[in-house]
Amino acid sequence: MSSGTNGSGPAVGSDRDGAAGGSDRDGAAGRSASLAVDGLVAGYGEVIALDGVTVMAGAGSITAVLGAHGAGKTTLLRAVSGMIKARRGRILLADHDVAGRSPEQIVRAGIAHVPEGQGVIPELTVEENLRIGMMSWRRGPRAGRVAALEEEYARFKPLADRRRKPASTLSGGERQMLVIARALLARPRVLLLDEPSLGLAPRVMAQVMDLIVQLSRERGLTILLVEQNARSALAIADHGVVLNLGRVVASADAAILATDVALRHHYLGF
Amino acid sequence: MVEFLQFTLSGIVFGMIYSAIALSLVLIWRGTRLLNFAQGGMAMLTTYVAIEVIYKTHSYWAGFVIALVAGLILGAASELTVVRPTAGKPELNAVIVTIGLLILFEGLAGIFFGGQYRSFPAAFSVTGLRVNGTPLGVSRFDVFTVAAVLATTLILAVTFRYTTAGLRMRAAAFNATVARLSGIRVGRVLTVGWALAGLLGALAGVLVSPSTFLYPNSMDAIFVLGFTAAVIGGLDSPAGAVVGGLLLGVGLSYVGGYLNSDLTSLVALGVLVVVLMIRPNGLFAGARMRRV
Repeated sequence: MSSGTNGSGPAVGSDRDGAAGGSDRDGAAGRSASLAVDGLVAGYGEVIALDGVTVMAGAGSITAVLGAHGAGKTTLLRAVSGMIKARRGRILLADHDVAGRSPEQIVRAGIAHVPEGQGVIPELTVEENLRIGMMSWRRGPRAGRVAALEEEYARFKPLADRRRKPASTLSGGERQMLVIARALLARPRVLLLDEPSLGLAPRVMAQVMDLIVQLSRERGLTILLVEQNARSALAIADHGVVLNLGRVVASADAAILATDVALRHHYLGF
Repeated sequence: MVEFLQFTLSGIVFGMIYSAIALSLVLIWRGTRLLNFAQGGMAMLTTYVAIEVIYKTHSYWAGFVIALVAGLILGAASELTVVRPTAGKPELNAVIVTIGLLILFEGLAGIFFGGQYRSFPAAFSVTGLRVNGTPLGVSRFDVFTVAAVLATTLILAVTFRYTTAGLRMRAAAFNATVARLSGIRVGRVLTVGWALAGLLGALAGVLVSPSTFLYPNSMDAIFVLGFTAAVIGGLDSPAGAVVGGLLLGVGLSYVGGYLNSDLTSLVALGVLVVVLMIRPNGLFAGARMRRV
């Protein structure tokens, strides 16, 4: 398996490592990057959905973001990826503030967001869906892109089998693989996953969770995982953050959170 | 029998014009869910540009090419200045804005070029072609018209399907959020879409103006017919736009030829109403729900 720094187009590799000082690259050395959100305020029109949220995700760690419906978990991911504007606060990717940038700029900076509800484009083929993931790359030799695609096909065999078929023919679990593979093709340093197990059968859910752990260990990806299923999220996470009504009500090691019965009952429903 | 052939062939020629307008409307609709009411006005303006260039340079082809380029520029400029600010606001704003653009273009044309009907040259001979002495009802210029629209459509189709730029445009049209999150600069894609629509409109304008003469309102009727063709084919479907245009062109040609040429406008509008009532998604639309 790749070490994570090669196997991508050469243009992407050198840019990611901070050389040449491209204006939309945050030149941090090495692959892993921490993500920190500091006093974030964001909302929709009149509604404030995040009311001063601070979360620290260490480089290469998995952080579970938990809480009831409407707690602000999805809003948090949307604010980090630039889908909605942060009204106040900072978003620090390896100590560079990316708050206020557009989604197109943020994905180039190294944060990939897989929104809830998957976002497979059913009218396009599997391969076309994947190629979209590489749209943030700088121009480089085609061979780099082909190699990157093959790498993902090697990891996700069902996608390789269906590469020229419309994405509408994929099952729920395969679609989840597709959107994760697409996000990985953007060569992110931070991955935001919003309810990746939604609507999946338990066995497939377990496969997705295993995949997330693998991505974190193998590629050193920093992962922010929003999950309704708090139990399985805490089982794989290093750290957990619990949101309620737009505020952080608990932030601790995942193991500690999992055993705090009062907290679990109150906010997480188990 | 000869009459049938003549009506069919000339119907195909006009049908191609309607297809070009329909395609330009579909391009914009797919990208932005907007109906560009100013499309006819843009085509008219670029045709005026063509005629001025032709007068000054005495070269038809210079006028032709510059009209197409002007179409690209006018489309892109319209999107950037006037349409982009309406994104995210109530849809009615965008509708009013494009109607406003139409009024602006027609007014500007009247001011700068005057309201009188002007004749527009054809690229090739407009004498009817004959096969073994039988008049076909179409001329060399008509053949050129069909070829030009077909060629442009094919080039666009190939670009959309097989290039990365085309994939970018399709992704942005199908799911702008996913496109953004993948790094596609959706704004730029929209501008390109409008530029291409302007190009198609400009093409339609220079191809049809020899028949209709050129005046500030000359493209209004063509716009309605192009819109009808687009609705017939389904506003989401480029293939539908082409087929819709052909069906409409040939159908109206039969109506005008066999019944009464005064009936064609009535029938066209009647077709539009019927299609909107019975199958508003058009003949070619899949059952795709629109994502909210």
